[in-house]
Amino acid sequence: MRHTISVLVENKFGVLTRVAGLFSGRGYNIDSLNVAPTQDPTASRMTIVTRGDDATVDQIVKQLNKLTDVMKVVDFRENEYVDRELVLVKVSVDSKTRAEVMQITDIFRAKIVDVQPKSLSIEVTGDEGKIEKLLSLMKRFGVMDLTRTGKVALPRKDGKAE
Amino acid sequence: MKTTEAGKRTASKTAEVGPTMSGSEILVACLEREGVDTIFAYPGGASMEIHQALTRSKIRTVLPRHEQGGAFAAEGYARATGRAGVCMATSGPGATNLVTGIADAYMDSVPMVAITGQVPQAMIGKGAFQETDIYGMTLPVVKHSYLITDIREIPRVVREAFHIAQTGRPGPVLIDIPKNVQQAKTQPVFPKQVQMRGYNPNRTASDLELNEIIGLIQKSERPVLYVGGGIITGNASDELRRFAQATQIPVTSTIMGCGAFPESHELSLRWLGMHGAAYANWAVNGEFELRQSPNEPMKKIAHGADLLLAFGVRFDDRVTGKVEKFCETGTIVHLDIDPSELNKNRHVHLPVVSDVKYALGRMAEMLEERPIEKKFSAWHKQIAAWKKKAPFGYNVTEEVMKSQHMRDHLKGKESEVILPQMAIEMLYELSNGEAILTTGVGQHQMWAAQFYKFKYPRQLLTSAGLGAMGYGYPAALGAKVACPDKEVVDIDGDGSFLMNIQELATAHIEKIAAKALILNNQHLGMVMQWEDRFYQGNRGHTYLGDPENRKQIYPDYTAVCQSFNVKCERVMYRKDLRGAIQRMLQAKEPYVLDVIVPYTEHVLPFIPAGRTVADMIWQQG
Repeated sequence: MRHTISVLVENKFGVLTRVAGLFSGRGYNIDSLNVAPTQDPTASRMTIVTRGDDATVDQIVKQLNKLTDVMKVVDFRENEYVDRELVLVKVSVDSKTRAEVMQITDIFRAKIVDVQPKSLSIEVTGDEGKIEKLLSLMKRFGVMDLTRTGKVALPRKDGKAE
Repeated sequence: MKTTEAGKRTASKTAEVGPTMSGSEILVACLEREGVDTIFAYPGGASMEIHQALTRSKIRTVLPRHEQGGAFAAEGYARATGRAGVCMATSGPGATNLVTGIADAYMDSVPMVAITGQVPQAMIGKGAFQETDIYGMTLPVVKHSYLITDIREIPRVVREAFHIAQTGRPGPVLIDIPKNVQQAKTQPVFPKQVQMRGYNPNRTASDLELNEIIGLIQKSERPVLYVGGGIITGNASDELRRFAQATQIPVTSTIMGCGAFPESHELSLRWLGMHGAAYANWAVNGEFELRQSPNEPMKKIAHGADLLLAFGVRFDDRVTGKVEKFCETGTIVHLDIDPSELNKNRHVHLPVVSDVKYALGRMAEMLEERPIEKKFSAWHKQIAAWKKKAPFGYNVTEEVMKSQHMRDHLKGKESEVILPQMAIEMLYELSNGEAILTTGVGQHQMWAAQFYKFKYPRQLLTSAGLGAMGYGYPAALGAKVACPDKEVVDIDGDGSFLMNIQELATAHIEKIAAKALILNNQHLGMVMQWEDRFYQGNRGHTYLGDPENRKQIYPDYTAVCQSFNVKCERVMYRKDLRGAIQRMLQAKEPYVLDVIVPYTEHVLPFIPAGRTVADMIWQQG
């Protein structure tokens, strides 16, 4: 099962290693990880996407809660949160394909952020479904390079994502 | 650095400002404020600044002869008192030598603060002399850790470290301090309180949850209390006794829980698990016909618990064996202060997060108002029958009589053979069951727990989770420093004792009257037992004597001890044992008994790893 876990931590050195260690020590890979300070500069939010059986992820969440520098952990359930990811993708183009790539970019409300003679760099933001769809459409033109922020997520309900 | 006027004003309420001092002096001042009276510390280049400050402090610095000995001694101190044990080492090899002790404290939830010197900040990451990333290296085995990068952090960090180590589920906390931070100077601000957003160790069960537990007891016919180290670290022994007495539920413990409930009490089932009491294992799991292979079906003779109250335990594999079969048909309530333990090793019916002292105390109160009506008479009768059927025992078998040990050492005096169990039984008798015992790891450890009946919490100090050989003697030193008026005896094996034998020097020089009783069988007994059972007795480097001269006991501990100026006697014959143990107990100085025992003994009962109670070997032959 795929899990999206939000972890509110003290903004201090060593915290990332402690968190990552709970996954690596169990032979679990982190699919994506995003960390940045919150509205409170002494706190950071991590959004972690991982895959694993529920019992193990449950145990990881409990162990995360035990870390002194961790203030709050939420293992998001489907539909309880909004999530976005930003991707920069460099697609190879020539005079024949350039227009089509630009058209698709437009349809997805993505942006062209750099133009080179043989490539276009595209910035796309969205949830997982949208991003995967765009990337699959770009595949046939040739994806030269790709970088993504990893998923960021917030719960839908009112109040702070404590 | 100067504190600002505004800083000073707010500081006076919540903190205390000291005179200008060096980082190392601030550290020592902080330790004094935490009430530390003893530190086990081995100096080196990166920690000598702190030792200099310690020479001007009232804190006693005990110099172990190896950093591992220092860490184990700090653990012994902590386990005997419940207060954090403090050890310190220099950077690099000093720090890495602490790691086994830190890991041990982590596994057994022992409060410990380990301080390491670090190379100066400017040298970190340069591969400097005696540099290791001890902060990174210990991450998986600490409750928390700090690398201090600013001298002004020292007071807050030390305050937090002791708070974290000693509250909730206790554990080790590491503080790594670069040398330049130790040498810098500032006016320290000692905070009075700890503020940590991510740490809240206080958890108590609701009355609703506790009532549910009482309801389950009302409905049960065959309840058992399965209690562990949590009762001891939570100082909940009195509450446990009240609760057990009010409910008349029989109590079994883990090895970590030995002494949490008096083992001489009629409700005590002693301890359970791989080498625990057969009757405790039956009470939890039911009695089964002994099967020859794990593929055969389990044939039940009598039912075990229909309700298991697991309080302050963690369902360790050495307790449960095959975990799905552990108390398979009973309802299980698991109560622990650490939420991550619930449903970790064993799925349970009612998980409850709580401080166990509060929970037991509150339930005892509730039971006073509304007593349990059940008497569980049939269950008590069954347990009495089990206790009668399979007490801990031993006898001089044919195998012992025919062993190499007899031929080499006891020719013509075969009746004088000393079995390891006899020595512990005699120690129990002669110390009136009042001594604090420490152990190494292996057969002798199991026998010590089987043949000494523990009356009090903090009476058996043993490396249970990590199983670290060499733990016994340094831990005994720590315990004796903490409790100078109590008799402290390390029951050790010849293999384990040798692993930290250098601590004899600490004992002599620091005048710490910790005793050691070595059960010397010239073998690595527990591994040998597995070789006998599962590897057709093929010896894979488990003989510790001199293969060229098997008749001579090797090494000669009497000679070794003499060179350390520590008194030692070798005991070969049963007729000499009583006198020797008496002399050891009467001594006001460190004393070692090297008791030569046959290697043929196996620890029984024995549930092989990953098996069930139906595979429990409990009768000799």
